[in-house]
Amino acid sequence: MIELQGICKTFRVAKRKSGFRRAVKALVSREIETVHALSDVSFTVKDGEMIGYIGPNGAGKSTTIKIMCGILTPDSGNCVIDGRTPWKERTAHVRHIGVVFGQRSQLWWDVPVCDSFDLIRDIYRVEETAYRQTLEELTELLNLAEILKTPTRSLSLGQRMRCEIAASLLHRPNMLFLDEPTIGLDAVSKIAVRQFIKRLNKEQGTTVILTTHDMQDIEALTERILLIGKGRILLDGSLDELRRRASVQKTLVVEYSGAPPALSAGMTLAESREGRMVITLNPAVCPASEAIARIAAQTDIVDVSVSGISAEEMVAALYQEYEI
Amino acid sequence: MKAYLAVFRIRFAHTIQYRAAALAGVVTQYAWGFMELLMFSAFYRVNPEAFPMTFQQIVNYIWIQQAFLALFMTWFWENEIFETINTGAIAYEMARPLDLYGRWFCQSVATRTARCLLRALPILLVAFIIPGPLRMTLPPDAGQFLLFLLSAVLSLGVVVAFSMLVYISTFYTLSAVGMRVMAAVVVDFLAGGTVPLPFFPPAIRTVVELTPFAAMQNMPLRIYSGNIAGTDAALGIGLQLFWLAALVFCGWRWMQKALQKVIVQGG
Repeated sequence: MIELQGICKTFRVAKRKSGFRRAVKALVSREIETVHALSDVSFTVKDGEMIGYIGPNGAGKSTTIKIMCGILTPDSGNCVIDGRTPWKERTAHVRHIGVVFGQRSQLWWDVPVCDSFDLIRDIYRVEETAYRQTLEELTELLNLAEILKTPTRSLSLGQRMRCEIAASLLHRPNMLFLDEPTIGLDAVSKIAVRQFIKRLNKEQGTTVILTTHDMQDIEALTERILLIGKGRILLDGSLDELRRRASVQKTLVVEYSGAPPALSAGMTLAESREGRMVITLNPAVCPASEAIARIAAQTDIVDVSVSGISAEEMVAALYQEYEI
Repeated sequence: MKAYLAVFRIRFAHTIQYRAAALAGVVTQYAWGFMELLMFSAFYRVNPEAFPMTFQQIVNYIWIQQAFLALFMTWFWENEIFETINTGAIAYEMARPLDLYGRWFCQSVATRTARCLLRALPILLVAFIIPGPLRMTLPPDAGQFLLFLLSAVLSLGVVVAFSMLVYISTFYTLSAVGMRVMAAVVVDFLAGGTVPLPFFPPAIRTVVELTPFAAMQNMPLRIYSGNIAGTDAALGIGLQLFWLAALVFCGWRWMQKALQKVIVQGG
């Protein structure tokens, strides 16, 4: 159970414009700007939930994760995770959580991955039999058998990321924070990582909080989404809810043989070439079924498809709507 | 405790891999030791009575210093710790159920002992068999040798506890270059790294001998060579204990404070 209440965090950032004169001036007096990284962030996550935490760059996602991991102390507000305040009882708290920071590495650069794993086992005091079992499972699920004996420095990014995720789970945490876990991964690794996270959540009931810029991650994984912008929680709901909210537009792709059909009210031509049309529909004026019927009346349809907007577009629309 | 031992173990195993570096270190230490001894022997040839230590004491002082350099050097740093702070990898360190001070302390002690283990034996071997006045001797008696061992361990602790302060200062300054240069020159000098403390002018010596720097290599080296014995040795070890406790306490408190304020920048 994670409860955040009225969390605020500000950073002080020294700023100056470019140029030599301004650099000299900054020697004497620096302009310090206070950045409100988080203002009054509150939310609750129940055990076993899987949450997608999204927002544009600099919105405060990582700051929130760091606070929940006990790495950062907020200026004000409360955060209670399984009965503990992370930054006050850091060592007790982190024993029960797993963290992956997609942009950093927790593996020792020069030694084989399994040595790093052994160190983590000792740090968390994982019992040998439990450790063997967990490692076996992780090796199989994340396909690590080939790379465990390789030094970290000679792994590819995708291989390393799979090892990072495994490293964060060796002590079987009941809560997993993933800060951009699929950054820079190829399609195959991404799918492998997603499947693994999904399975972990389903079978072990691990609570997962995931930040990402990859909307496919969100689509594939999470039911609940938190949207943060400029340090505030703007939306809290399911992907479908957000989608309904973001826009009602649908896209209709028609392939036809014969004369090009004429468009009626509620249809806008987005793209057209010989035998193919992409039409944006406003379903309130012209429902998809009616649009198809009208076009079918004018020409021979070879193929037709209707789609809502992609998660990617939806989020971009949301960012625009909230001016973040 | 087991967790800290694990940190010690992996660090030790990691450091001991670098045999070529150790070999190069040993050669440097021979050269350095001989050069220093030649310099001192030139002084002693002029007037052996004019100096506060006997020549044999100097010989022992310098050979032990060269052999155990890795334990006592104040200008050696764990670059990994600076990197951890500068790159933000400390985020992971803080997400572990370990006291960061204890972790870094163990890591430093492990690196130093591993490096020392590889370098000490060949240097001592040669120092004990070379013929002539530059040959090293055993300490006066077994008791003195035990005091030396105890003092050496405490000295290692004081050196590491001092370097911890420099590591922690990186949280505030982001670059430790200034502190590192200062420590390399000033601390090494005050600890008796360049010239043994008895050679200092009496007034300065009295003050320096109370500082934490005198609790570093100064103490074990002079105990081994027999320059300090009996009650003085016991008092010296007391001083080491005091500084070790004081530095660890201050460092630990300062670290807790720094961690409250730490901001891991970027993504």
